[in-house]
Amino acid sequence: MARMKFLCDAERCIECNGCVTACKQEHEVPWGVNRRRVVTLNDGLPGEKSISVACMHCSDAPCMAVCPVDCFYKTAEGVVLHDKDLCIGCGYCFYACPFGAPQFPQDGAFGLRGKMDKCTFCAGGPEPDNSAAEFKKYGRNRLAEGKLPACAEMCSTKALLGGDGDVVADIYRNRVLKRGKGSEVWGWGTAYGKPEKGAAPPAGAKS
Amino acid sequence: MKRALIAGLAACLVIVTGCGEQSQVTVYEQGQYQGKPDTRAWDNAQFKNDRAAWENAIKSRNSGQNEYSRVAGN
Repeated sequence: MARMKFLCDAERCIECNGCVTACKQEHEVPWGVNRRRVVTLNDGLPGEKSISVACMHCSDAPCMAVCPVDCFYKTAEGVVLHDKDLCIGCGYCFYACPFGAPQFPQDGAFGLRGKMDKCTFCAGGPEPDNSAAEFKKYGRNRLAEGKLPACAEMCSTKALLGGDGDVVADIYRNRVLKRGKGSEVWGWGTAYGKPEKGAAPPAGAKS
Repeated sequence: MKRALIAGLAACLVIVTGCGEQSQVTVYEQGQYQGKPDTRAWDNAQFKNDRAAWENAIKSRNSGQNEYSRVAGN
């Protein structure tokens, strides 16, 4: 199997925010944190385009490179995850990310910046699969249930595709050939244009 | 005299002890990760470490996103 990727088709996205809602509901994401959001260009003008944005799980993820506590790792499927027990909430990853994916919940009485939260490709984190601890820190682990991210599966127009990169690319290629336009995939080159790199978890049962 | 010299050297050592500085920043190294281990997506009670079964489940879900193949007549 190839690595996991997201693809958003700007020709199809209708800015319904179904993906945002699905993500919020699936992982019980707190107020102020948006793992996924819909961005609209030329809003209100003829030909406006919308695109759903979240962590793209980049091939050469800049967040992994800048993290001062080295809390990021990449699974065998190419999903970029992090350990919240290590995260110090410094915000370096936010500055490095070309998609603005890392989110920081307000924590405590004085509005301190909490530990970073981001899209996990519905793959949880470094806690036992589908445990209460994993859900509390990272949300539901749909990948361990043999399911794809809730945002992509809930997308009503199938503008947002998520899953095996080869399959997703095939679906999109077929779609572009049928309709004869809209072959540009925003963010695809930025996220997946560089050679694959990643910090693999230590040997053993790691992924 | 000798005792004073030893005491002086010891005092010097104590004084310069605080001058050393250890790096407190983790250096990023390719392939290294400081956090806890994670299990693979198929290494659980549902898939019982059967990678092929997990890949089939994902493949089935993936193909469900292609309405050209899902909807008959297209």
